[in-house]
Amino acid sequence: MEIILNINGQDRKLDVEPRTLLAHAIRDLGLTGTHIGCDSSSCGVCTVLLDHNTPVKSCTMFAVSAEGHTITTVEGLAQGGNLHPIQQAFHDQHGLQCGYCTPGMMLASIALLERNPNPSEEDIRFALSGNLCRCTGYQNIVKAVQQAAQVMGKKSEGLGSAADD
Amino acid sequence: MAMDTSNLEPKGIQGLGKAIKRKEDARFIQGRGNYLDDIKLPGMIYMALVHSPYAHAKILNIDASEALKIPGVKAVITSKDLAAAGLSWIPTLAGDKQMVLADGKVLYQYQEVAAVYAETRQAAADGAAAVQVEYEPLPVVVDPYKATAPDAPVLREDLKGHMTGAHGPRRHDNHIWTWDVGSKDEAEKTLEKSEIRIKQHMVYPRSHPAPLEPCGCIGDMNPATGRLTVYMTTQAPHAIRTVLSLVTKIPENNIRVISPDIGGGFGNKVPVYPGYVCAIVGSIVLGVPVKWIETRTENLTTTGFARDFHMDVELGATKDGKVTALKVYTLADHGAFDAAADPSKYPAGLFSICTGSYDFQKAYAEVEAVYTNKAPGGVAYRCSFRVTEASYLIERSMDVLAHELKMDPAELRLKNFIQPSQFPYPSALGWTYDSGDYEKTLKVALERIGYAELRKEQAEKRAKGELMGIGISTFTEIVGAGPSKDFDILGIKMFDGAEIRVHPSGSAIVRAGTRHQGQGHETTWAQIVSEELGLDVDKIIVEEGDTDTAPYGLGTYASRSTPTAGGAMALGARRIREKAKKIAAHLLEVGESDVEWADKKFVVKGVPGKSVTMNEVAFAAYTNLPPGMEPGLETTYYYDPPNLTFPNGAYICVVDIDKGTGAVKVRRFVAIDDCGTIINPMIVEGQVHGGLTEGFAMAFMQEIAFDEQGNHLSSNFTDYLLPTALETPKWETGYTVTPSPHHPIGAKGVGESPTVGSPAAYVNAVVDALAHLGVRHIDMPITREKVWKVLRQAGVDSF
Repeated sequence: MEIILNINGQDRKLDVEPRTLLAHAIRDLGLTGTHIGCDSSSCGVCTVLLDHNTPVKSCTMFAVSAEGHTITTVEGLAQGGNLHPIQQAFHDQHGLQCGYCTPGMMLASIALLERNPNPSEEDIRFALSGNLCRCTGYQNIVKAVQQAAQVMGKKSEGLGSAADD
Repeated sequence: MAMDTSNLEPKGIQGLGKAIKRKEDARFIQGRGNYLDDIKLPGMIYMALVHSPYAHAKILNIDASEALKIPGVKAVITSKDLAAAGLSWIPTLAGDKQMVLADGKVLYQYQEVAAVYAETRQAAADGAAAVQVEYEPLPVVVDPYKATAPDAPVLREDLKGHMTGAHGPRRHDNHIWTWDVGSKDEAEKTLEKSEIRIKQHMVYPRSHPAPLEPCGCIGDMNPATGRLTVYMTTQAPHAIRTVLSLVTKIPENNIRVISPDIGGGFGNKVPVYPGYVCAIVGSIVLGVPVKWIETRTENLTTTGFARDFHMDVELGATKDGKVTALKVYTLADHGAFDAAADPSKYPAGLFSICTGSYDFQKAYAEVEAVYTNKAPGGVAYRCSFRVTEASYLIERSMDVLAHELKMDPAELRLKNFIQPSQFPYPSALGWTYDSGDYEKTLKVALERIGYAELRKEQAEKRAKGELMGIGISTFTEIVGAGPSKDFDILGIKMFDGAEIRVHPSGSAIVRAGTRHQGQGHETTWAQIVSEELGLDVDKIIVEEGDTDTAPYGLGTYASRSTPTAGGAMALGARRIREKAKKIAAHLLEVGESDVEWADKKFVVKGVPGKSVTMNEVAFAAYTNLPPGMEPGLETTYYYDPPNLTFPNGAYICVVDIDKGTGAVKVRRFVAIDDCGTIINPMIVEGQVHGGLTEGFAMAFMQEIAFDEQGNHLSSNFTDYLLPTALETPKWETGYTVTPSPHHPIGAKGVGESPTVGSPAAYVNAVVDALAHLGVRHIDMPITREKVWKVLRQAGVDSF
């Protein structure tokens, strides 16, 4: 069946079987930054954002159910030629090794920071507990989220003060 | 729009010891990695496998007719079809052979029975589900101790009556080999005379590396040229190319193995699996590229498991705590085929490092391997060939001895360490340890964690009925296989190669036979070359994983990359520097003996202002050579290490245990590592964090378990538990640096120290918390249910 998915701000037309998982549909469009790792919605490497701030494991949703929502994948994070603060932070804090969990981990982190701009370490660890990483031991991922929180906080503070003026 | 990645690149000359950010990150943080399943080839079709529901059964019939009716399904093959190509069985790395698809019977649950090829992944899966297989169940061997009972069913009928195997005599049809080292007689005599003797049985349970990216393969035979390109999730692309050539009889020059970005390996991606072979055969037969990507269940149930060592240790000591002798018997459950990935001479890997960091005069170790109805494997899961098992054994045993002697476990260790003056140290089981300062490393750890205070706190808590434990592990690893006189895999010596090509503009491409899976080689190899040649790291590109371009090498596992390829990289660069020096002398218009390499440039001795950089020399190598010199500035260096390296460390873990629930909370974990020279402290730290987490997983969560019928009980991530950010402890790290005297840059390798060293620290901490209740040992994984039972049996109140 034909559906239209809005991914990273673009409407993409697809012909899918009703049983096609969102993760497969996204990857079939060439957006291979969304990975697949477990088939049981346990590992989180397929995490994408629905409607900008809801993290969803895209292997646990049918492509057809995503119609009418906006979908953000890792390929949509950088804007205007600039990396998203979370991308810069994962690099700066050595929050990735093999890179396989990284896209999902970054998207889950953004979802957290949208809800809670000043998360505690406990908040971060809880928010990322649906995303497995086998390489880093999570400590540097936590640091990366803390760095991104700080950078994003400063940016919105900057915006706030500009609006006040 | 072009991405501004200027904040990502480390720049300039960045040599050893610099914590520069990783060069490989840019693609991964932007979702532009290129993992196996990201590769799409024109005309590519997909493969799915049919798996056995039984652990041991005769196959009476395979009916593919319904599968072939499914739209898109192109072919179904079974063992009989593979037999026509001579590929129904393939050799394993351990001198055994294994079925590719079940030949007449299945030997473990989920064994591959048939392969289905189809135009889409969905059609392939539908086809696999539609293949009808008729089985006649047979009696099952699950317990390795029952494998060699006189009435045990014969598992490997192909070997029935063959009483000699690849590693010597077999005493039963389900017995694979017995391997021993050291003097049994001397160890036993010394044990008999020892004032104190402890005995302990301990199991290192079956585990699985479970990298987040499953295994996969694309076979791409070009029917027009006869050239086979294989894209494979492999940690050892060159070895795979040679094995494929030997098995398929395709000339090695007509095989190209490409190992793209790998989403974690941890030893899981070393062996050759049936799925790989079937994807390649499918491409050869059907003339189109065939892709096979494992499901998670296939990964956990059929590909290389690790550990499964059942160990009995006897340790002797004097009354005042000086160790005298060690004797170990191990029963190794190898599953249905001996597919352990060990160097040929060492069927039990480097298990004989089991005397650890201690000065044992006498030791003996014996390992017996048996067949059971389980998947094959025995891979080195983030460890150097059974070193994890050995390290766990000795570190756990030292605590049992301390308990017996009522001696502090730190004091016992300090009393028995090999001393710095004893290096190079010949161990009782035949190794020559390169270097170490175990006492210093432990003292740094004790100081860092505040050991004396913690013991005081523990005593106070114990008086109040609260449970707190402190566990120590002062392990020594043996890595970097290895010197060609002893180490080979299928006859191929375990050296490694590096190629360095310096371009006229002072940039360079560096290639190695290793294949990183997150270890950061694209950065660390560049740092070694930057250090040795004075080139900017941002102008050095590192490439691995394509057998058409990279020099031969045995790959990345067993912490061997830095000890082997790292050495090749440094010595290759030095060879280039020798030539560069001649060019520099020519440019500086002085004799070669008047030029020295100082501060990363060539300087005229005694005239500090007169110098040329490597960039200038590189340009001259193509434009302005001394007369008669061969143009260019490049080399390929194969490094055969003279010895292995012996990384070590002191880990201390503090746990608190909830009396009511049995829940263990790791309060603190201090890891002091000595991996010799550190190339990039940030990357080393990342490796340590990751390894400590996998050690934590083994100690408390991960286990591949079976029921009595051989049903796999850990076939997905809801049953095979991996730690998340929530339960993973916070790590406190530190280092002592005792360089390896024989390695070109003094580095020893670090990726596996924390997985090898940490499990004993966790278990020792839990047992320490419960020691006053008479607890001497608990097998991993230490679940809260196990602890709860121990507490209730000991009569401890819940509150």
